[in-house]
Formats: sequence, structure tokens, C-alpha cells
Amino acid sequence: MKSQSMHFKARAGSALADVRLQQALKRFGGGFAEKRASAREAYGVEAFEALRTASAAIRDRGLEQLDAWLLRFEAEATRRGTEVRWAESAEDVRAQVLEICARHGVKKAIKSKSMVSEEAGLNAALEANGVQAVETDLGEYIIQLANEAPSHIIAPAIHKDLDQVADLFAAHHGRPRSTDIDTLTREARLMLREHFLSADLGISGGNFLVAETGSVALVTNEGNGRMVTTLPRVHIAITGIEKVIPTLEDLSTLNRVLPRSATGQDIENYFTIVTGPRRADDADGPAHMVVILVDAGRTKLVGSELKEMLRCIRCGACMNHCPVYHTVGGHAYGWVYPGPMGSVLTPVYDGIENALDLPQAATLCGACEVACPVKIPLPELLRKLREQQMAQRLRPWTERLGFALWAFAARRPRLYALGASLAARVLGWMGGARGQIARLPLVTGWTRGRDLPAPEGRTFRSLYAARKFGVVYGARGDRRLRGREDLAA
Amino acid sequence: MRPRIGFATLTLLEAVGCEVHVPRAQTCCGQPGWNSGERRSARALAEKLIEEFEPFDYVVAPSGSCAGMVKTHYRDLFPGEGAWLSRVESLAAKTWELSDFLVNVARVESLPGDFRGVVTYHDSCSGLREVGVKAQPRALLAKLPGVELREMQDCETCCGFGGTFSIKFGDISAAMAEAKCERIAASGADAVVLGDLGCMLNIEGRLRRRGDARTRVLHIAELLSGRADE
Repeated sequence: MKSQSMHFKARAGSALADVRLQQALKRFGGGFAEKRASAREAYGVEAFEALRTASAAIRDRGLEQLDAWLLRFEAEATRRGTEVRWAESAEDVRAQVLEICARHGVKKAIKSKSMVSEEAGLNAALEANGVQAVETDLGEYIIQLANEAPSHIIAPAIHKDLDQVADLFAAHHGRPRSTDIDTLTREARLMLREHFLSADLGISGGNFLVAETGSVALVTNEGNGRMVTTLPRVHIAITGIEKVIPTLEDLSTLNRVLPRSATGQDIENYFTIVTGPRRADDADGPAHMVVILVDAGRTKLVGSELKEMLRCIRCGACMNHCPVYHTVGGHAYGWVYPGPMGSVLTPVYDGIENALDLPQAATLCGACEVACPVKIPLPELLRKLREQQMAQRLRPWTERLGFALWAFAARRPRLYALGASLAARVLGWMGGARGQIARLPLVTGWTRGRDLPAPEGRTFRSLYAARKFGVVYGARGDRRLRGREDLAA
Repeated sequence: MRPRIGFATLTLLEAVGCEVHVPRAQTCCGQPGWNSGERRSARALAEKLIEEFEPFDYVVAPSGSCAGMVKTHYRDLFPGEGAWLSRVESLAAKTWELSDFLVNVARVESLPGDFRGVVTYHDSCSGLREVGVKAQPRALLAKLPGVELREMQDCETCCGFGGTFSIKFGDISAAMAEAKCERIAASGADAVVLGDLGCMLNIEGRLRRRGDARTRVLHIAELLSGRADE
């Protein structure tokens, strides 16, 4: 998928002006965050925090010897009849899937949710090569009909409202338009059933790869993952190399933290462990199973100052708790992964110069870090990316100059005091009787949507010095200060 | 910007029996540079601040983000530098956010403030998540008989300030401030009280722009010291 992250600001602007999207974002609101909070409460707050610590440790254990665990996974999976392939890049993923399609004469592929396939722009590549690709996760199905990208990693159609879904279904299903959710869901099931039964290939992602058994673990809420991995004659699981974990025991720990962090569920509706293709005495399953292990930028993170990002288990908690995400929605971020985790991953995977706004588009409020089930220090990683931008001179010269001036002054107390005092006077004067500045040249970014409360006229530093020299505190003779106090009172 | 906050802080610290010094050469803790990836200037200012403040028994800041910078981020500015790190650690240990200091060090019993009215408290991000300021301001507000605290929904959600974010992404920032103002208005409070200047400017600026000239925006030091109405 081609990144539009360079246009974050423009896309965010459109998102702010999109009344319908804003309503959808309001409805979404803190829903997932509240459910996570209740699930944490029910689990026991201390126990949940211990679970987060354990989960982070499990991820680190896998990542510290990523190469070894991947080779173990490959050996165990191969031993059980799975074909394991390695893809270095997005193009590589597309080429390998197309090759498998050609080898098995695939005409139709059904897909359960896979963000890695979004990274690779797989659907477009399949269609261009005569393979119909059908998304079977309800949210993914909706946005595929709308020809859009997911706006959230676990709730891809969260930006759509009921009316929009009703319109899409009416246009594509050739049935009477309905706005009854049960009717719409039944309709989608009916449409998807056809595809489930007629597809030659199932494409899934993988929530975890278990090294000791060569298994792919999948969590879904709609059961579509199970259909995708068992009905067609070929199953391809496409997933990032960082998803490998050592043992089934590790999986059981991570599967306690994942659904609670994502949707606030104790356990997701369907939890599937796929280990190899159909065996002689199996009732069902594919004749061929392939796992594609994707790098596409991940090895750049190994051992780097951003390495904690590889712990990510794609639960979406960071965006569910992100006030910026809640304000602009996922599409503004311009690539596959939105929110805090996307603002770290996009510049790393797609090039720091191609996503300059993303590490900056955060208040570093820390809500994501507190919610992250594997304790990724997201604000710190965003800050490190800002440092990389600064070091590579990727920030505008005005910003660099501004910081240079500020740093120069802040190391010279007299100059700093003079500057602060002048600024306080000028801004104080600009505030007028109301004490608010409605428009300030050079910082219109602030004043377009807000006033700037004016300083009271004199700095603490000068008033404090005056008090020390015996002048009565409060500078009663200072008319500006007086005026502001009258207003405040 | 708000010298009143500084004087209110002095009043409170003196009221609990502290001898207060205000080092004249102090400027800034370096947080703007640190958050923007300008490590060099942040480091230089950290060195300056450490030298200025380490002689004192306690360092108190009427700001969760300045206290948070010293307590949680300074150590990252001196990686592997043992001598500096030990100075950083000892300074970090004696640096306190004001309400945290009043409750947990000074164990304040009574306060000079006599504010009367309904207030709501906004939890500033750095204070809350870096320093653990949550119960302290509420405990202090509870000591003022005239104050009724009415919590707003999402009091822990960021107001959208975020330092340079508020200028670089002014429209997003203002939209976030608007969401905060809606919550404040819905609480029915006469004043929103908080502990960080950045949030104050952001929230007050948005309140006034949306036509609310009535709701007051007060630093907790102003309210507790009785200097809110000077």
C-alpha cells in the first residue's frame, strides 16, 4: 500500500471538517478503552499489571533471539508439513503469493484480517492477476466494498456509519436497502457463505507463531478465520517475523492480555491454533499450508533504539486511548497503521523522510504507554524519532533556528530575563482589556482555533526581585496587572 | 505568563514552614528541547539546572511537566555517565510537584485558601503519568470547606496542548481543547483547576474563543493559597 503519510496535515484537516466522520469518531469515543478498563478491573488491577510485565518479558525473550526462534519455527512447521517461506519486502510478498496462486490454479481467495497483507497491497496485486480476493472479516468486507483502507487495526470500518453501510450493501448486494443491523449482518453472512464454499485459497494473518510446535495462532470474533484456514484447499498465513514466540505456554499468557487489551473481552469468540495442513485422519483442513514470514523493514528495528516496537501484538489499545486518533481518525495517518504504533512503524518501514509529521503528531500524553499490553514506551519512541529527524536535519530551518535561539538565551539568564520581560510586556499589551490575544503572527497555528491568554504584564522574576528590594508585592501601581485582576474577579 | 502562580507557590511553601529560595539565574528545565528531539540544548539546560538546584533540600515546581522532566527524563540525558547520573538521581529524588510535596512531604493540615465555588479538576498528562499526581490535588481541594469538587468526564484525557504540538498541529490541538471544554462545561463547574501552565493556556484560550467568559481557569496553587482573587 502506497503511503500518504506525507500528507498527514491535509488529511487531518479534511478529517476535522468531515462532519460524518466526526460523528462516527464521537460514537466510537472511549468505547474500547472503557471495556478494557472493566476487563482489567475484573481481572484484578495488580494481576493485570503483572500480566503486562510478563507479556513484555515473553515478547523480549522471543525478540532477543529472533533468528534462533524463527529457525526453530521453520524446522517444526516444516516437520509438520507446512511450507515455510521468507519474504524480504512487500514486493516479495506479492510475488510469492502470486506464484503460489499460479502453482495451484487459484481463481478465488478468501481472506481473514491481515494487516501485513495491507502492507503488501496484496488485494490489488491479486485482482490485477485475475484472482478474486474477498475480505471475510465484516469490517474488512465493508471497506472492501467501499474501496477504502482500514482506519483501525482491529475495527477497520469504525469510520463508517450505519447509513453508509446500508448504502454499500444495497449497491453491491442487489437487495432492498435495510438499516437493521441484524438484517445487514445476515445479508453479509449469506454473501460470504458463497465465497467460503467456492474459494481455492484462504489467506490469513497470524497473531502469533509458536516456535516449539510450528503453529500459527489466530484470534477472531466472527469465526471467519476458521473458515479461511480450513475450507479452501490451500491456506497461506502471512505474518511479520516479529510474531514468533517460544512456547505454547507463552501463547497462553499473551492470549490473556490480548483480547482484554483490544476489546475488553476475557477471551475472543474464536481462538484457533493451526499446525500444518490436513492430516490423513483429519475431518477437514487444507491440502497445502504455507507460512510466509515477512521482514519488510522489521529487521531494521532489531537491536535498534526503537527495538521495543517489535513487541507489538496489534491489539489497537494505543489508538483506542489516543486523543489525537480520536480527533482525526485512522485515515489521516496515511498508511496501514494509524495511531501511536503507526506513528512509530510508518517512518521505520516506509522511510523517516516519508512520514515527517507522524512522530510529531502526538502530545506525548502517555495514555498509549499506560494501556499497552506489552509496555512499549511509545511516547519515548516517538521522541527518539523526533531526535532522528533533528539529527538528520529533516526539520524546517525555522524550527531549528527557533530552538537554537531559545537554547542560546536559556543559557544566559540575563538575556532570558530580558526576553521574557519584553515578551510579557508586548503580549500583555496585545491582550487588551479582555486579556486574550485573538491573532498572533507567526503562531497562527495557535490562534486559529483559540485565543492566547495574555501574560499579566510583568514576569514573576521581576516582581520577585522588586519584592526582595522592599517594594510591596503585587505591583499595585501596575495598571495592566490591575486590569487583569479586575477582569478575573 | 502568570506571576501569580509563582507567588501563590511561595505563599503555600512558607505557610508550611519552608524557607524558600528562588535561584535568580534559573531559566528553563530544557523540556521543550527534549520533547522536540533537540537533545543538545536539553542536556545543556539540565546541567545548568542541576548545578543551581542541587544545594537545596527539596526542589518544588508548580508544574507536573517540569517536575516530570527532572524526575523521569534527566537520566536519559546522561547515559553511561556515572558521575552525572548520581547527581541526577539525587536531584530527582528530592524534586517534587507542588501538590505532591504539600501532601506527601509537608503533610499539610490547613491551607490559607478561602475559595468558594464548584470546581472540576483536569489531570495534566505529565503530572498524572510521570509523577503520579492524582489523589494529591483532590486531597488538598477537600481541605477547603467552600470548594465542591465535581469531576468531569474524561478528566485524565489530554487537553491537546503537547508543547510545540499546539502550534505545529494547531487545528487538531484546538479540536482536542474543544472536547475538553465540552466536558468542563458539562460538569457545571465555576472553575477548572489544574497544575500545569501549558494546559491552562490551552484550556483558557479555547474557553474564551468559544465564548465562555465565565468559567475560570485556575492553577491549584492560586486556589489553595487564597490568591485566586487578587
